[in-house]
Amino acid sequence: MRAFTRGTAGLVGFLALGEVATRSGLVPRASLPPPSVVLAGLAGLLADETFLLDVIATVLALVIAVAVASAIAVPLGLVLGGNPAVRQATRAVVEFLRPIPSVALIPLALVLLGSGPETKIALAVYASVWPILFNTVYALDELDGLLVETARAFGCGRLRVLLSVALPSALPFVLTGVRLAATTSLVVLVSTELLTGGNPGIGEFILEAGSGAGRMDLVLAGTVLAGILGYLVNAAFEGAGRRLLGWSALTRGRS
Amino acid sequence: MRNLFLRRWALFAALVAAWEVAARLADNPFFPPPSEIAGTASGLWLSGPVDRLFLSDAVFSDVLPSVGRLLLGWGLAAVLGVALGVAIGRSPVARHYLGPLLTFARAVPPPALVPVFLVLFRVGTPMQLATITLGVLWPILLNSADGARSIDATKTDTAVVFRIPRAQWILGVVLPGALPKIFAGLRVSLSLSLVLMVVSELVGSTNGIGFKLLVAQREFDFPQLWAGIALLGVLGYLLNTALLTVERRMLAWQPRQEFVVKPTTAGD
Amino acid sequence: MPTMLEVTDLGHSYRAKDGVHEAIGGVSFTVDAGELVCVVGPSGCGKSTLLRSIAGLISPTRGSTTLHGSPVQGVPDDLAVVFQDYSRSLFPWLTVQRNVEFPLRRSLGRAERQARAAEALDWVGLSGVGGKYTWQLSGGMQQRVAIARALAYRPALLLMDEPFASVDAQTRFELEDLLLRVTREHASTVLVVTHDIDESVYLGDRILVLSGAPSKVVADLTVDLPRERDQITTRESEAFVTLRSETARLLHGGRPRSTKPVTSANQAEDGQTVASRWADAERAETGRRATTT
Ligand SMILES: Nc1ncnc2c1ncn2[C@@H]1O[C@H](COP(=O)(O)OP(=O)(O)OP(=O)(O)O)[C@@H](O)[C@H]1O
Ligand SMILES: [Mg+2]
Repeated sequence: MRAFTRGTAGLVGFLALGEVATRSGLVPRASLPPPSVVLAGLAGLLADETFLLDVIATVLALVIAVAVASAIAVPLGLVLGGNPAVRQATRAVVEFLRPIPSVALIPLALVLLGSGPETKIALAVYASVWPILFNTVYALDELDGLLVETARAFGCGRLRVLLSVALPSALPFVLTGVRLAATTSLVVLVSTELLTGGNPGIGEFILEAGSGAGRMDLVLAGTVLAGILGYLVNAAFEGAGRRLLGWSALTRGRS
Repeated sequence: MRNLFLRRWALFAALVAAWEVAARLADNPFFPPPSEIAGTASGLWLSGPVDRLFLSDAVFSDVLPSVGRLLLGWGLAAVLGVALGVAIGRSPVARHYLGPLLTFARAVPPPALVPVFLVLFRVGTPMQLATITLGVLWPILLNSADGARSIDATKTDTAVVFRIPRAQWILGVVLPGALPKIFAGLRVSLSLSLVLMVVSELVGSTNGIGFKLLVAQREFDFPQLWAGIALLGVLGYLLNTALLTVERRMLAWQPRQEFVVKPTTAGD
Repeated sequence: MPTMLEVTDLGHSYRAKDGVHEAIGGVSFTVDAGELVCVVGPSGCGKSTLLRSIAGLISPTRGSTTLHGSPVQGVPDDLAVVFQDYSRSLFPWLTVQRNVEFPLRRSLGRAERQARAAEALDWVGLSGVGGKYTWQLSGGMQQRVAIARALAYRPALLLMDEPFASVDAQTRFELEDLLLRVTREHASTVLVVTHDIDESVYLGDRILVLSGAPSKVVADLTVDLPRERDQITTRESEAFVTLRSETARLLHGGRPRSTKPVTSANQAEDGQTVASRWADAERAETGRRATTT
């Protein structure tokens, strides 16, 4: 309770500080409008249909990207995690591909795929595959050998062991991977929208607001909304993790 | 040993070879064969005089400025993030007041701030540094705070009982105790730095690797575009390996070392 | 022998959700220099609270403590504590040697520090492992490192909070003998909190028996055993067995039969009150645990 009131006080204090700084002319008002103006702008935007469509476009792209990335990375992770030989063989490829920052692919993807939503989704998928993949592989590494042996002793085959022992105990890790993937996706989506323009999304909204009329209040309002979205995405996955995996200590901590 | 080497690289080599063959057969300008990309890359960056280690002018005018900005931005974030994070982590009051603010700051996708910085700083290095530093600060700060907070009560009591001076308490107990978490934050933020370096150069720069990618795209110079992407991959790999080496050294005291595949679970 | 520690009417109450919880209710006793005094009491009666008050880790709500004549405010300069949780009290990022040196950094130069740490490690029989990390040692060895660290600090008073509670029985015996040997060799003054009656009789020159919360000193027993002790013969001796039964009886709320007068004023309290208090304390304890989990 005390933490809550203090946290609220911290937020309000920060906003008040920003208000004073901008109104007193400490910060140029044209480039950084006061928080009250930004929040008013945000309230106005929430009633604006085209803006809401932008938000929905980004969220939809996020959902698709994370779903596709999970569909690719989880099975791949299970294969790599379960077969040390395969992992060793693919290691060089993985180590070569992973460090490539997804945004570096934007110019190429624009030429190859055009500026439609599939470009940003493809890039977001590329970026989100890695956290899910690594968390899945790691989960199988952490798999309790005793559990596997117990299952084997009861006559379970390899597939049964994979499905009924390995998968459930890997789930908390996988979920953490998916949560990180969602956050990463959002970064990539906003970047792509910001850099390509011309297809609806929050990033594109911010770009337009900033470039044409130079409406900094709307730019900041869009940024705040992107932050709220990021927070909600993270909170949603953490909530889902707690609900689905109440038995696991992992989801209870800040893993 | 040879066998191991083969197993490691066989698939990689096979894929590169397959790409080479396929690209030559398809003869599609979008997908140049790897040999051509490699040729372009060496022509671009490794065609300089001997006394400069063969590094060409492009390395000095684009690659080094990029790397410099990345390291400077990330370094600033590391110093600020660890200092503030440790301070906040050790103070419950500060955690209460700043908690929601920090949670929100972390949730903002950093590229969304680029237009703001663009207006505040115009095109150029300050804007890029601001983007990188303020974008990657939060993972470092929050991880440091988490690490500093979780120093257990027995260690705190021990330090108090032996009347450990303040400097020794911070440098000898809090920092080492928080170090595993701090490194987790540093690792996450290093890859994010690379992303933000590219984004900031794609938007507001007149030099740098990202800027050159844009130029190559506009000129439909696909070998150069591919070479730029590969260079960024190599750069990311080298930076990450360097950080892991430092981490392994500084955390050599840890009972369990899992450096092989370390998932980025500590992103928050 | 001069008095090393003097505790006068020390009391401490914790603020709880439902008002205050009085953990220690006015405890008075003294410890002479060179003495080893054991404090026993029922679980949750406030033994750790008492120890933490003496160490200055918490400031007691009433009463006073003096350490060799000077009143204690905050953590005294020449006092060391060995905690029960040995693995957590050692720093995993430091080697054994450096763990022992750690508190000496403030006052000693490098060479002197190293010499002192090496010497202390030698006392506890760990001279060979200075270069290892603490997690590479067994539990008993880790606790010996913690003891060596406390000894190297040369405290006027060594406080130990259930120091051997988390090691196995065999190790425990060894550590008890080690403590006796080392503290006698250096004429250390030691206050050991324990919940183990046998241990208190075996280790102590005196035993302070505490009542349940709010705890008071029920009895101050002098251990009439030869200073040289042996795990087998001492524990078999008639004096040991008698003293053990006496302590156990007192712990369970009996009236003191000891010859030495009880320092606290609460001897007037009958056993019934003490016993019911103890039960209350246990209830409070379990209640607190249940709400926190
Ligand atoms: N920080 C605290 N806040 C509130 N109450 C506390 C706190 N620490 C201890 N207590 C309460 O004070 C009483 C004494 O606790 P203390 O830890 O001193 O007992 P103890 O004799 O050392 O117990 P044990 O034998 O279990 O170690 C207990 O009833 C406990 O519930
Ligand atoms: Mg205790």
